Amino acid sequence: MQPANRPPASTGASGEEAAEVAKRRQGMLLASPGSLYLLIFFVVPLALISVYSFATRTSTGRTSLSGWNVESYRAIGDDVIVGIIGRSAWLATLTTALCLAVGYPFAYYIATRPRHLRAVLLVLVMIPFWTNGLVRVFAIRFLLGSNGPASALSESMGFGTFRILFTPTAVTIGMVYSFLTLMVLPLYVALERMDWSLTEAARDLYASGSKAFWKVTLPLTKSGIVAGSVLVFVPSFGSYVVPDILGGAKTLLVGSYIARQFRDARNYPLGAALSVLLIVAMLVAVALNQRSGSGADSGDRPRRRGRGRAHAEPEPVAAP
Amino acid sequence: MTGTVETGLGQRTRRLLAAWAWVVFAFLYVPIVVLVVFSFNASARVNIWGGFSLAWYGEALSNEVITSAIRVSLIVAAVSTAVSVVLGTAVALALDRYRFKGRRALDGTIYLPIVIPDITMAVMLLVFFAEAFKFIDSFGPRFTLGISTVALSHIAFNISFVCVVVRARLDQFDRTLEEAARDLYATGWQTFRRVTLPLIMPGIAAGGLLALTLSLDDVVISAFVAGPGSTTLPVYVFSSIRRGVTPELNAISTLMLTASITLVLGALALQRRRASASQQTQVL
Repeated sequence: MQPANRPPASTGASGEEAAEVAKRRQGMLLASPGSLYLLIFFVVPLALISVYSFATRTSTGRTSLSGWNVESYRAIGDDVIVGIIGRSAWLATLTTALCLAVGYPFAYYIATRPRHLRAVLLVLVMIPFWTNGLVRVFAIRFLLGSNGPASALSESMGFGTFRILFTPTAVTIGMVYSFLTLMVLPLYVALERMDWSLTEAARDLYASGSKAFWKVTLPLTKSGIVAGSVLVFVPSFGSYVVPDILGGAKTLLVGSYIARQFRDARNYPLGAALSVLLIVAMLVAVALNQRSGSGADSGDRPRRRGRGRAHAEPEPVAAP
Repeated sequence: MTGTVETGLGQRTRRLLAAWAWVVFAFLYVPIVVLVVFSFNASARVNIWGGFSLAWYGEALSNEVITSAIRVSLIVAAVSTAVSVVLGTAVALALDRYRFKGRRALDGTIYLPIVIPDITMAVMLLVFFAEAFKFIDSFGPRFTLGISTVALSHIAFNISFVCVVVRARLDQFDRTLEEAARDLYATGWQTFRRVTLPLIMPGIAAGGLLALTLSLDDVVISAFVAGPGSTTLPVYVFSSIRRGVTPELNAISTLMLTASITLVLGALALQRRRASASQQTQVL
């Protein structure tokens, strides 16, 4: 029973070795174009920005690579920049908390509908998510503008115009609006694979509805909460478009500040140092998520991994 | 069974949950709907309804800056999607079923473009192109930022997204089907062409769709690596919003919304048809 066109795998160690080598080469061949591309257009730029962060800004606004120093990193300790980073972290935390508060009951509702309704509701969640992000921020800007529809409505109802645009509130609304789906999807996945017989058991043992929720449902969906929080926090922290369109001078965030260093201020080293800091912060957040995520998975639900999980995830089109 | 899930919540809590869900749906849809409605507003004042009109669409589409931006966006999206689908799928296949030198390094790096914020990716590529041009210029040819730098940058992040989506599909792959093909004397290429590729095709299609959407969506990276004359539509919209809200912008935004919603619904329809087709074959 030996296919003619397959290397004679069972004839001995040398045959197996040859097949192994051929397979290795095939893998390399498949991976190399993509790897080469990533190397040139991602790894090299990443290395360059790290090098730039140690460079010097000359008096004419150029970047001099001779004479490395940590001046730019020291400059980050400046009160203004610390303030900007602190504000970015605060707004990102607020956005994450609001997304969780808004998204958890929402995901809970969808995940507990009958199966056919669940699919329809999920599509309704996905449609705004897949529509152009910039257009959605523009929609908020349009709606909240001092001469926009919302203001006109409140005026006609006798509340007067409201000035919410260019405030931290507007930026927070815009970020929640932009990133809510990133929270809802992992929560939905976690709630959908919930084993509801466990809450039933809690109820049978005379736990109240709220106690069953806090002691059973919430801990069992921890992995979704953590994943959703990271997915929302990361883009909020580095956000550039939302604060630029909805924010004002009082809402300068780290993303916009970096952009400024490369546009108007022409202080590339400082912008580079802040970029490096942002990248490191993101990697730490993601690593923490992975650790806690895998811990929760193996600890809480040993039976519900593997294929079951693959099925519980939204269809490929729905994956972010 | 497909019945309602028994969650053990009280009647009142369940009603509150349902009400909340519809509030959130309203939050998601009202801003978009208002934007679309006002794009048909005859009045130039953004807050007053002056009757139905398509004037702003005519105005937008006769603006040469806008039509050129649309053209650039479409070219960049098509090129970057085509290239990243091929490269990303190859990387996904390699990572899923081969062991080779540098596999772990690649496995770690491939996720980075997804994780790092747009703005850092943008300044990284800006600095990279500046240095690369300085280097190339010393040999003679002169390059500047333009449509090609935008496309190259889009490929750089799209490879990763395609790879992740295709890999998720490969994860659910039933390897015994390939073994069966091999046992029936199919060559490696035949097995790939007739068994593997059709089975991962939904993953590739989803990855391609995601790449297309992300390319048409991107504003931050494009804004940094585009040169004069290679402005994409989102970059144009972004810089226009900064100058102020105009009904013309509503019209362009509505066109962009329509394009992306058509893409999603098309993809969903495609998936549904394929799903029902595979169900039928299973029955047979």
